[in-house]
Amino acid sequence: MCPFPDEVLERVLSLIDSHKDRSSVSLVCKDWYNAERWSRRHVFIGNCYSVSPEIVAARFPRIRSVTLKGKPRFSDFNLVPEDWGADVHPWLSVFATAYPFLEELRLKRMAISDESLEFLATNFQGFKSLSLLSCDGFSTDGLKAIATHCKNLTEFDIQENGIDDLGGHWLSCFPETLTSLQVLNFASLNSEVSFEALEKLISRSKSLRVLKVNRNISLDQLQKLLLHAPQLIELGTGTFMQELVSDPIKDLKNTFGNCKKLVTLSGLWDATPLYLPVIYPACVNLTFLNLSYATLRSGELANLLSHCKNLRRLWLLDTVGDKGLEAVGSSCPLLEELRVFPADPFDQEIFLGVTESGFVSVSHGCPKLRYVLYFCRQMTNAAVATIARNCPDFTHFRLCIMNPGQPDYLTKQPMDEAFGSIVKTCTKLQRLAVSGLLTDRTFEYIGKYSKNLETLSIAFAGSSDLGMEYVMGGCPKLRKLEIRDCPFGNAALLSGLTKYESMRSLWMSACNVTMNGCEVLAKERPRLNVEVMKDEDGDGSQAHKVYVYRTVAGPRRDAPPFVITL
Amino acid sequence: MSVPLEHDYIGLSEPSSMDKTSESSNHSSENALNLKATELRLGLPGLGQDLEKTPCKNSPVKSFVSGAKRGFSDVNLDGSCKWGFNGGSDGDSAKGSCSTTSVLFGINTGLENKQTQPPIPLPVEEKNKASVTTENGRAPPSKAQVVGWPPIRSFRKNTMASNLSKNEDVAERNSGCGGCLYVKVSMDGAPYLRKVDLKTCKNYSQLSKALEKMFGRFTLGQCTSNRLLRGQGLSESNLKDLLHHDECVLTYEDKDGDWMLVGDVPWEMFVDLCKRLRIMKGSEAIGLAPRFMEKSKNQLRGV
Repeated sequence: MCPFPDEVLERVLSLIDSHKDRSSVSLVCKDWYNAERWSRRHVFIGNCYSVSPEIVAARFPRIRSVTLKGKPRFSDFNLVPEDWGADVHPWLSVFATAYPFLEELRLKRMAISDESLEFLATNFQGFKSLSLLSCDGFSTDGLKAIATHCKNLTEFDIQENGIDDLGGHWLSCFPETLTSLQVLNFASLNSEVSFEALEKLISRSKSLRVLKVNRNISLDQLQKLLLHAPQLIELGTGTFMQELVSDPIKDLKNTFGNCKKLVTLSGLWDATPLYLPVIYPACVNLTFLNLSYATLRSGELANLLSHCKNLRRLWLLDTVGDKGLEAVGSSCPLLEELRVFPADPFDQEIFLGVTESGFVSVSHGCPKLRYVLYFCRQMTNAAVATIARNCPDFTHFRLCIMNPGQPDYLTKQPMDEAFGSIVKTCTKLQRLAVSGLLTDRTFEYIGKYSKNLETLSIAFAGSSDLGMEYVMGGCPKLRKLEIRDCPFGNAALLSGLTKYESMRSLWMSACNVTMNGCEVLAKERPRLNVEVMKDEDGDGSQAHKVYVYRTVAGPRRDAPPFVITL
Repeated sequence: MSVPLEHDYIGLSEPSSMDKTSESSNHSSENALNLKATELRLGLPGLGQDLEKTPCKNSPVKSFVSGAKRGFSDVNLDGSCKWGFNGGSDGDSAKGSCSTTSVLFGINTGLENKQTQPPIPLPVEEKNKASVTTENGRAPPSKAQVVGWPPIRSFRKNTMASNLSKNEDVAERNSGCGGCLYVKVSMDGAPYLRKVDLKTCKNYSQLSKALEKMFGRFTLGQCTSNRLLRGQGLSESNLKDLLHHDECVLTYEDKDGDWMLVGDVPWEMFVDLCKRLRIMKGSEAIGLAPRFMEKSKNQLRGV
């Protein structure tokens, strides 16, 4: 029995945003469950197949914002065939009736067609905010529909999608009457847009706080845009190189200096020492600098970073080398996140990239590091142990030694001790990606020590079923496990029998699992979907790609022929 | 390089010298898209050896391309010809063989010797995104063959590929995004350049029509639409005809920075390789190689 009226309870609960907290709230009692469901405005669905749109609509009648994630993460790396699924349309159909006042849709790794985009644009009158990350199936025609019909658009965020880019005309479809835009991100769309239309759009969007243009926008053009939008908080530039010398440098510098609120800067394609200094006036306020598309060398980076004392997040290309990373260590004491991407992942002869020593330098100078993604070609156990000691607060540790199965290059030992030192020292670790030559010992460490681990990615590692068994036997908070090319078989798969229902999903590809093993799992756990993707070659007994996830929606009804649900 | 000689420009090399060259490169032939069908057999006997020292860096597709082009060092009268269109980060500046002239005289004699094998798809690539690897995969085969490794998203892979395959000029071509492929088109004598979207054309004759529309005032001539772009190359007499009548030849710059004759390779492959187009006047092409090189070097740098 509830001591106060429903309305009060709902009012109180409406202040809770976190969906995890809301889930907890809904479990207290029936009254709280009801109050929670009526007051929820945003629903987050981490796996679109774990629940059906009908179930969602039935439970939550007043949703205004939906976040939906679809394909397994390895689809980003071409491991999931096209037409696998995660089509958003069934969701949109249900939402059109259940949530006609839907305002926001955030999709990640979903398949969305132009028809669906048009449906979205025309069936939801108050639609405001669209974010598409790593989605596919649509073209710029679909974007035209959104631009044309959504009269109250505030956010248009199109990132890294498998999009059919038919040209930049979509931008010209934003009507002259649209003045509400706050976020415009088309950095990963390659076609040219009409600069005239863009300039007009920016100048009338007084609330614009995020602008990320694509590479076709020149420095001169950027200058003009920034004059219209000095209030920007996040900026993604176009190309940062120009052949004609019309001396825009001084003007640009002033313009950047005028953007007092700028805290995030990205783009900077083709940036060279000539033009990079124009951003120096803005650097002191920057907290996030994304240089991962700028092929900078160590000297340029060092000069730049000397102005960036307040950086919390930094993304780089490995062209900066270890020397560049030394500069990071000495210039950015507040750094919390570092990502170093390979400029040339397939060819060792052009760029050596970064090594263990760069990483160690950063760890010395940046003790607050908690998120690292590091691509390198060599690493040692000793270096990682040092790094762990220097930065015990890691929550996300993703190390990619690019040559599969590569040992410690000095001792020739497996990299077991490296990851051992990480999991032993970094007790807050939530996400781990391992690489290099690893035996089952690594997984023994992980299973034993990572009490907070939620996401684990394993590739080309392990010696036997034991490896995976260690993980399944430990890691109490594990939610997502993705494994490729490891010698884990049926025993390993089945060792997680009691665990999978508490996880979001398991991916195993190119391991030693067979159809028999999968069938046993499916039989024992009817509330899991055990899906096997057929391989074209090979006999039918090997389960080449296995995707297991918990669901209340039953087996998929839209599975393509190559996906078998057991 | 051999001593420059006055050779018949339409020289043919033996197939064996092509094979030697491809073996000397640092990739295994089974990894290459087997494209003997379209392998150009240019060049003079013995030219093969010291060109293209860097195919180890080339992707399967790229290595095919580089293996197929052969500069005509005979035309290089001063013996060194070091303009590479994509010197830059490749470190390939030494690769400036006089392949421009080879462009004009590209003969598909390789067709006679071709084993019509279908291209071997890059192993284990499943989607059309496989093209990503061909754009930038220059690794020894063991690296290039692992699908989805290192784990980098397509957008970044494609962007890095285009960064590395050009010089420091701004990219002139869209890469990685399926629907749109604008390349610059210059025509000798025309006051300004144009851009054409290769994806709107499905074959060479459509391209030729599109170009005629753009440069209508400057006639492309019968040669380009009829003979040149029909995809099967030119015979010696055709070529001499064109050039003597001051008609135009359509050429393109490929990813290695070499200038190639349009029409030799299958359309899809051409779309993949083409970075920019140039319509050359025949009279400029014949026998004026050093001046031509100098001129085109300046033109292209300035563009």
